Amino acid sequence: MCHIAPVPAAPDVVVIGAGVVGAACAWHAARAGLRVTVVDRGPVASGTTGAGEGNILVSDKPAGPELELALLSARLWSDLAAELGGFEHHDKGGLVVAASESAHQNLLDTGLGQQAAGVTATPVAPDDLPGYEPHLAGDLAGGMYYPQDAQVQPMLAAARMLADARGHGGAELRTGVQVTGLLRDGERVVGVDTTSGSIPAAAVVNAAGTWGGQVAELAGVHLPVLPRRGFVLVTEPVPVLVRHKVYAAEYVSDVASADAGLHTSPVVEGTDAGPILIGSSRERVGFDRSMPAEILRTLAAAAVRLFPVLARVNVIRAYRGFRPYCPDHLPVIGPDPRAPGLWHACGHEGAGVCLAAATGHVIAASLAGRSTEVDLVPFRPERFG
Amino acid sequence: MAISRDSSADARVDVLVLGAGPAGLAAATAAVHAGARVTVVDAGPTPGGQYWRHPPGSSPPGIGQHPTTRVYRMLAETVRARTRYLSGHDVWAVERDDDGFAAHTVHEGAEVTVHARRLVLATGAHDRSLPFPGWDLPGVYSAGGAQSLWKGHRVTIGPRVAVGGTGPFLLPVAADLAAHGARVVGVFEANHPRSWSRHLPAVTSSVGTFLRGAGHVATLSRHRVRPRVRHAVVAAHGDDHVEAVTVVRLTPEWTVVPGSSRVVECDAVAVGWGFTPRLELPLALGCTTRLGADGSLVVRVDDHQATDVTGVYAAGEVCGVGGAALAVVEGELAGLAAAGARAVPDRDRLARLLGRRAQLRRFAQAIHEVYPVRPGWLSWLRPDTLVCRCEEVTVATVTNAVHELGATDARSVKLLTRAGMGWCQGRMCGTGVAALAGAEAGTAATPHAFAERPVATPIPLGLLGRVEKPPLQPGPAPVPSHNRKDRPL
Repeated sequence: MCHIAPVPAAPDVVVIGAGVVGAACAWHAARAGLRVTVVDRGPVASGTTGAGEGNILVSDKPAGPELELALLSARLWSDLAAELGGFEHHDKGGLVVAASESAHQNLLDTGLGQQAAGVTATPVAPDDLPGYEPHLAGDLAGGMYYPQDAQVQPMLAAARMLADARGHGGAELRTGVQVTGLLRDGERVVGVDTTSGSIPAAAVVNAAGTWGGQVAELAGVHLPVLPRRGFVLVTEPVPVLVRHKVYAAEYVSDVASADAGLHTSPVVEGTDAGPILIGSSRERVGFDRSMPAEILRTLAAAAVRLFPVLARVNVIRAYRGFRPYCPDHLPVIGPDPRAPGLWHACGHEGAGVCLAAATGHVIAASLAGRSTEVDLVPFRPERFG
Repeated sequence: MAISRDSSADARVDVLVLGAGPAGLAAATAAVHAGARVTVVDAGPTPGGQYWRHPPGSSPPGIGQHPTTRVYRMLAETVRARTRYLSGHDVWAVERDDDGFAAHTVHEGAEVTVHARRLVLATGAHDRSLPFPGWDLPGVYSAGGAQSLWKGHRVTIGPRVAVGGTGPFLLPVAADLAAHGARVVGVFEANHPRSWSRHLPAVTSSVGTFLRGAGHVATLSRHRVRPRVRHAVVAAHGDDHVEAVTVVRLTPEWTVVPGSSRVVECDAVAVGWGFTPRLELPLALGCTTRLGADGSLVVRVDDHQATDVTGVYAAGEVCGVGGAALAVVEGELAGLAAAGARAVPDRDRLARLLGRRAQLRRFAQAIHEVYPVRPGWLSWLRPDTLVCRCEEVTVATVTNAVHELGATDARSVKLLTRAGMGWCQGRMCGTGVAALAGAEAGTAATPHAFAERPVATPIPLGLLGRVEKPPLQPGPAPVPSHNRKDRPL
């Protein structure tokens, strides 16, 4: 028997993007037996993942294809937490509250549709709200409790999946490497050109998040992914004041809005380390990194409106991120018939962390030629024309 | 809860100077003399900043002897008499508005916003700290923290004090402590000033500053303290307070000379490794930065101290640490420029200031070259040494983030370990974490990762949100003390 030094084989798949979606694609693909190389122009989780809150929400999604994906994802995140762990996964549950009777009615109507789709949603009467959140304002019209809502630390989640894909799946991670073009064989995409040489591969996955449209452009195809800016306030560490993921019912309609102008709705949650995270704002202003005080004020006021106890808690930090926004608020997931060999897994807007696990799962199935657990037609890349 | 107020009713001023240290006072004075309406905002209780810090109701230390006291008096009197001087105002944010800029400050539990057409940023610097085993013990101070306690409160940090680190600043700190009752058990300078000989032209041109250094050596000598070069405090020991420190002799690259380690008993230790410019406000405004001679990020300015953001000027340590004399010159240039068309250009004055600035910058450059932080300090760390005290992140956790989780720079280390995310927001740990992350990952240190702080000082949510009704419920219990390292280092 003779031994031949292994020649580094070309990977089966190149994943562009080491954020949480790219990491999930790599993890599931490696798990499916594919040789994977992940490239990112920056460090691990340095884009929108590094600016995320780590929401895994079914509560904010009305019945429809995104909810179906979220339900699969919530289950897969729990499985991943049991198997890998180390990324602060908490089945903490979400509590959506309504200040007005009309918002309360909308909440109940949305809940009915969600229940029909398989979501556990429990109406909470005003008198029962303190049982869920003792520090909540006393004058709310009611709420809805969603036990399937969960939270992860998204940067750790991405890093752990990548580490496991490298350690057990033989995947390769190349950070600080920018994709400059796609290798073509006729129409087919057969790898990537990078600032550190070309990487041939049978398939390429575009998991470039908010920059996914630019990667698509390299393939000559159009994806209308636009940045939607958001801010998060971070408080000093405090003892547990907020137990669940708590947000106002208006959040759902804000997320669904197509308006480029500013929308804010309070989202409040505690973290393992003690600080409370306060979102959320959304506006389409390109990649403008300025941080207007007025938006921070609006977030602070809304959080204090929900939790008056927070009035005396200090904000010590604020950060911004740019969500990958698509005009119909649905992500782009699946093979691109306009550029065979190219798969997309981007454009998840504010639900990237939530939908990452399911996205990775269905991308890996699709790459392997298997049927996917969720119908990908609503997410098809060519839908924008 | 106090209600926010807005000073816009007071009409917009021409020039808003942020910071009342040497640079800010000089800028405000120059702008006033040029005919501008000026407001000065400062966090401290009295004008002077760190250099001229003194308790309210008293004079700066060394009055009558200190060669710059006359300068201080002249500047502080002008600022008090002829500007709107707001002490005790912490700026939490600064931004553009319709006709210039708005600085949002917190003052005695209320918010005060000041508007101006042009800004002079003179926010100074804070101590550059490096982690070492035991640095989280009470009794460990930064050199600047020890000096502030003396200058501002007339408190010495302990009866027996060790002073360590690098740079000429260690000498006045040690001399002040020795002259006011503390027994200085040693001054340990990690570099060797022998290399001064290469910088003689720079030194002779700034002979006054150099002689002050010699004066501190004389003070120490009277107290039988002889500074030791190529020595360092590399660990602090004690159960719940400093009882002793480990002192070693260093190689030129700052690794420990084998067999040189000894334990020195003391009650407190002051350690200083230079200074880090406070860049929160310039970065929030979008000012361009560059890497300074000491490895810190500094604001890029032109001959008039103008940043590349129209209407924003910067002076003093934010443009590169260079001491009070340079800060005064830069402040004067910035104040004149910010006063704009009102200032009659006086070519002789401008030429004199620019010449003096160039001379003092050469001197500062020489200091940075003689007293750099050398990479060998990383070898003093142990796996269980805390690098971030607020979040209790150890060296091993950072190492793991690089080698197991794929972090490649300071920001990814921060995101994966929480280092720098706590109460100090990386002011204490930023330099150390960035250096450690760079060394482990084999990449250049990236000081940018900790420089940006859009919320420049903590602000309560109720104040930020302008919630005018006080909350019905009491506030939350205080933060666990181990998470709140807001005492001076």
